[in-house]
Amino acid sequence: MQAIEVHGLHKSYKDLHVLRGVDLVVQPGSIYALLGSNGAGKTTLVQILSTLLSADAGQVLVNGFDTATQPRHVRESLSLTGQFAAIDGVLTGRENLLLLARLRRQPDPERAADALLERFDLTEAASRRASTYSGGMLRRLDLAMGLVGGAPLVLLDEPTTGLDPQSRIQTWHIIRELAASGTTVLLTTQYLDEAEQLADRIAILHDGTIIQEGTLADLRKLLPPATIEHVAKEPTLEDIFLNLVGSASTPEGATS
Amino acid sequence: MSSAALHDTRLLTARSLRHILRSPDTIITTAITPIAMMLLFVFVFGGAINTGSSESYVDYMLPGILIITIASGVAYTSYRLFLDMSEGMMLRLRSLPISRSSILWGHVLTSLAANAISLLLVIGVAFLAGFRAQASVLDWLAVAALLLATTLALTWVAVIAGLSAKTVDGASAFSYPLILLPFISSAFVPTDSMPKAVAWFAEHQPITAIVDSLRSLLTGSGVDASIWVSAAWLLGLLAAAWGLSLYVFARKTRG
Repeated sequence: MQAIEVHGLHKSYKDLHVLRGVDLVVQPGSIYALLGSNGAGKTTLVQILSTLLSADAGQVLVNGFDTATQPRHVRESLSLTGQFAAIDGVLTGRENLLLLARLRRQPDPERAADALLERFDLTEAASRRASTYSGGMLRRLDLAMGLVGGAPLVLLDEPTTGLDPQSRIQTWHIIRELAASGTTVLLTTQYLDEAEQLADRIAILHDGTIIQEGTLADLRKLLPPATIEHVAKEPTLEDIFLNLVGSASTPEGATS
Repeated sequence: MSSAALHDTRLLTARSLRHILRSPDTIITTAITPIAMMLLFVFVFGGAINTGSSESYVDYMLPGILIITIASGVAYTSYRLFLDMSEGMMLRLRSLPISRSSILWGHVLTSLAANAISLLLVIGVAFLAGFRAQASVLDWLAVAALLLATTLALTWVAVIAGLSAKTVDGASAFSYPLILLPFISSAFVPTDSMPKAVAWFAEHQPITAIVDSLRSLLTGSGVDASIWVSAAWLLGLLAAAWGLSLYVFARKTRG
């Protein structure tokens, strides 16, 4: 059984034909990147996968469950972290996680919340209201909330948009850990390097269809073989920035 | 409601109640305007108003003040619901395997609790301002039931507003006409003192029936026909607003 199977998916908003026949298969335990520019339909696809939107035509199976006829089973088997922080700012970070853990009927919500706080480096801020968090902390809390309950499929809609480089690398690290523990991750991104760094397979969504799909190596084959040029290897600005601010992990060091 | 839905509703109500505990000003501001109005009417205008009855003016107008309290209190429900809709919270809740109705009921039950506290505050100040009731325990229970039903019905109206609003201001704007409605009723002056057309409207709008019922219960005169008119209005409004809320919710949350 595939983690995600999409056949001939169509979706329009009034006159706007956003998805025009999308086919997609995501294997369990893999990291799958959906690459596309703004307005390509990435979020629409993610929302259909998570039953927030209904498809106009086509079939969508998530962990073998049909989103149209078994939405409850679909929701039980995935978790979504949307593009905009879905956090209750009046509650503390810990209370946000506790609420999710209880709604997801975790046997020991307290422990589940504390473990996630620890993992996302939020233990110190746990009892502060989420509205006082910095952007990076909010994004981490948001990701943590998406992982409550340990669903076998995690959907991340632009997980690193708006993050500083350190938080971005930290997020990548967490995504790799998730995949290593057997969770399937589907993420959308508009950053080419993010797809390159993380994904087992990459699909390019453009104008409502997937125009190309495959591993990074497959996609590379589409262009003529690399020509060899001699270029002095200068550190990138990212290398310099991370070196200066003293991050423990460099981009390469974060590779698992 | 299934036990799973109850479980979800309890959790989401607790979440929403926490908002109120953390910003008690929402209750204070709900209560303060009606209290100020009450004091103004009792100690400034009241002397010039002839209600044609022997009861003191504060006894006469308290029911109208209570309705105004509810009308301004439910605006916070649409405000909180609007925030859930505009921030990502609603998407997250909807992507969870929880009962969908619990998302709305959490807000509605919170409204009942918050308005009950505001109403008690206003009634407390009314006592200080000289309000005295001749009501029996049973009368008081009937008063509580009427206020609860009014809060419930108006809260579902607030839910419609919160779900359909495009801006924060729009979310609470619906409450202004509701707050004004008691002024064109028997709440502050007898309707027969009004021009004919206005009096007709006042006599046939629901606030007059509700206010008359509350007044006769509080003065210990028992129930009259107005209680049935009130019940009919409230049940009708409740059914219509509840149904429309569910319709809007389904439409807003389905692509």
